[in-house]
Amino acid sequence: MMLTVLAALLPGIAAHVWQIGAGVLVHLAIATATALAAEAAVLHFRKRPVMIALSDGSAIVTAWLVALILPSIAPWWLTVTAVLVAIVGAKHLYGGIGQNPFNPAMAAYCAMIVAWPSFMSQWPSPNGIDFAAQLNLIFGGSREIDGITGATALDAMRTGLRNQNDIRSILAADTFGFAGGRGWEWIAVGYLAGGAFLLARRVITWHLPLGFVAGLGLTAGVFWLIAPDSFPSPLFHLASGGAMLATFFIITDPVTAAASPLGRFIFAAGAGAITWVIRTFGMYPDGIAFAVLLMNICVPLINHATQPRPVGQRKDSQP
Amino acid sequence: MTSELFRFQGGVKPDSHKKESSEVPIQRVPLPSRLVVLLVQSSQGSARTIVTVGDKVLKGQCIGEAEGVAGTAIHAPTSGTVAEIGRYPMAHPSGLASQAIVIEPDGEERWITSEPLDPATASHEELILRIQASGIVGMGGAAFPSHLKARSEIETLIINGAECEPWITCDDRLMRERAASVVTGAAILAQLTGARRVLVGIEDNKPEAIAAMRDAVRGMEPAALACLGAEPDMMSVVAVPTLYPTGGEKQLIRVLTGIEVPPGTLVTSLGVQCFNVATAHAVCRALLHGESVVSRIVTVTGNVERPGNFEVPLGMPIADLLAFCGLNPGTSRVMMGGPMMGFTLPSLDAPITKGCNCLIAASDELFPPQPPEQPCVRCAQCTTACPVGLQPFELYWASRAKNLDDAKRHHLFTCMECGCCAYVCPSHIPLVDYFRFAKSEIRARDEEQKAAAQARSRFEFRSARLEREKAEKAARLAAKAAETRAKAAADGNAALIAAAVERSKDEADA
Repeated sequence: MMLTVLAALLPGIAAHVWQIGAGVLVHLAIATATALAAEAAVLHFRKRPVMIALSDGSAIVTAWLVALILPSIAPWWLTVTAVLVAIVGAKHLYGGIGQNPFNPAMAAYCAMIVAWPSFMSQWPSPNGIDFAAQLNLIFGGSREIDGITGATALDAMRTGLRNQNDIRSILAADTFGFAGGRGWEWIAVGYLAGGAFLLARRVITWHLPLGFVAGLGLTAGVFWLIAPDSFPSPLFHLASGGAMLATFFIITDPVTAAASPLGRFIFAAGAGAITWVIRTFGMYPDGIAFAVLLMNICVPLINHATQPRPVGQRKDSQP
Repeated sequence: MTSELFRFQGGVKPDSHKKESSEVPIQRVPLPSRLVVLLVQSSQGSARTIVTVGDKVLKGQCIGEAEGVAGTAIHAPTSGTVAEIGRYPMAHPSGLASQAIVIEPDGEERWITSEPLDPATASHEELILRIQASGIVGMGGAAFPSHLKARSEIETLIINGAECEPWITCDDRLMRERAASVVTGAAILAQLTGARRVLVGIEDNKPEAIAAMRDAVRGMEPAALACLGAEPDMMSVVAVPTLYPTGGEKQLIRVLTGIEVPPGTLVTSLGVQCFNVATAHAVCRALLHGESVVSRIVTVTGNVERPGNFEVPLGMPIADLLAFCGLNPGTSRVMMGGPMMGFTLPSLDAPITKGCNCLIAASDELFPPQPPEQPCVRCAQCTTACPVGLQPFELYWASRAKNLDDAKRHHLFTCMECGCCAYVCPSHIPLVDYFRFAKSEIRARDEEQKAAAQARSRFEFRSARLEREKAEKAARLAAKAAETRAKAAADGNAALIAAAVERSKDEADA
């Protein structure tokens, strides 16, 4: 199952390499090695069978997700630290796989953005720098980054709107492509393709992805319809930042989502709506991580409220 | 007649493994040297021995009377001598022993004189009592006493020929070879229950059985026709999609009628009742031919030389039956029932009973050992598979943590242990085992609470009694003291008077 998830990430990763550069592959490798080492070490200290847990691939999935949500020119130790936070902190300290209340990748992202906000906001421009320069940045070269990084689409949109520019003129900038950030939108298409594959293979059900798209898209859509000059369109929101990665690979983590089909939809829709709020009124590069963690907290409440009834049992009858 | 079919939610499609045993006609087995007839043959009641050691019995002769309202009678499976009455292991996961009558066959198979009962002339009560006296229980495996179910008044009678469990083919063969008796039995049950329609549900992976049953309905025997009030159209054979557990009572009712049976509701209150095809067959044999239940068809399959279906006399030791079928080397265990809901027999000494539909010899090739259990990641595939709308993984977390109230709140007791959740679990968690554990824990806890409540009320009653007795004693003593005092006072007065009289006398004398 986890191997299928890894396979489904490949189109997005390929698009990333094509549009941004091969630096992301370095991060994926670092993250994978760190995750396997950390997982093995913790399992060893917890006196659990190591090989069975390593071979299920879940640690690698976490590692890849962490690598993909960090900027691909971030220094190598940022990825290592983030993976350690995800595997050791967010997963094993809570009892290991299946027991963690918080999405490990999102917890790692939040920890990093609080600890090193500058590194976390330096995103490379599409085709801005070659692979050698990316390697140099990753492995401790000077971080003279002016002209290498560019504002992300979400940043450019937020800054433009705060400066009272109208959306049409903001979108005219070079940062934007046909739907979201120029170049980045192709990565989103890659994740969309991988997500469709997961749905077709029934690794995930539609409740979580559709819930997230509905939560983010409908919230954005309502404000966009009311004031199209002040709020970007739902399409922009869904194509920008980590929205597609989150839709099919983050929000779909079954361990930290709500239990019932209805509960899962509500959980994901809530995360989508909160994402819009943080993107619109917050100051972080993206709001998904905080939105997911906030909804993780609500899971017991959602589970309590949406427990399905057994077949044939009427609404009013008590068990 | 085609009727609309409905779907129940969930369900799984395991490999059917029917062909291994379904292609050979039902065979007779040689009589073993001893037949061990357990007194407990049904899920609800038992029988009372009416023979003693040394008695000669005929095949079909009653050797145990129905005990109480729910009991069902038992009969000698062959002619011979009662050799022993003692305790023998039951075919049950616990391996517990139960009282049994052991018969040594004389090899002559002499039947007792049969007394058929014509449904057209016999009274309703006579027919019901005959079903009880013939020892008929649910032959699909549950072994619920059939006379209790036949008393219900319903609209729709469902005859269950779904046989959804993998490997089992005894109903398939029965319908192929003895369809006419099944149809007649169904018609008798329809008359008894007053049903206005009879639906025979058969999974569509048994086309030969469906064809045979349809032929039998078309060429219905006069006795069956009479039971249906000369309306043969009342009965129809419906091919239902193959999906485990379609043969579950509530699932088959849903598929055939669209009715969803709420948890804890008796199906009769919704105008429906379900009988297995083999039960219908037994009803026909008992009433029209006067033959009590002395044998049943058992599928023996898996790792055996000659898999197939066998007409097995009740009480035949399982080991003898397996020996006849040729148990292959490499058999690691023997299961009773299907692989989804069956259980591993703790001992092969147990005898065949009325509810035993299938024996599967399991080898490591046919049934590879479960991979090690992995943590639950709440993937919810079990929720999708659950046919009764539960969230098995929530039940699992609650059961594992011994959080029994939480398990109850998640409707633990709605679970019928069909095994769909464990079948789909990618972490190979034996979910049903957890649920059985939690159920037994809850039952034990409830028993304990009941016992504690009883002890408390006894103690309180005793305290109250002692208190009352003390008060009564005190009152009695007080009364007695008062009496004594009054008496003493009265005596005292008399003495004073006497003294005064004495004194006055003295004064007078002086």
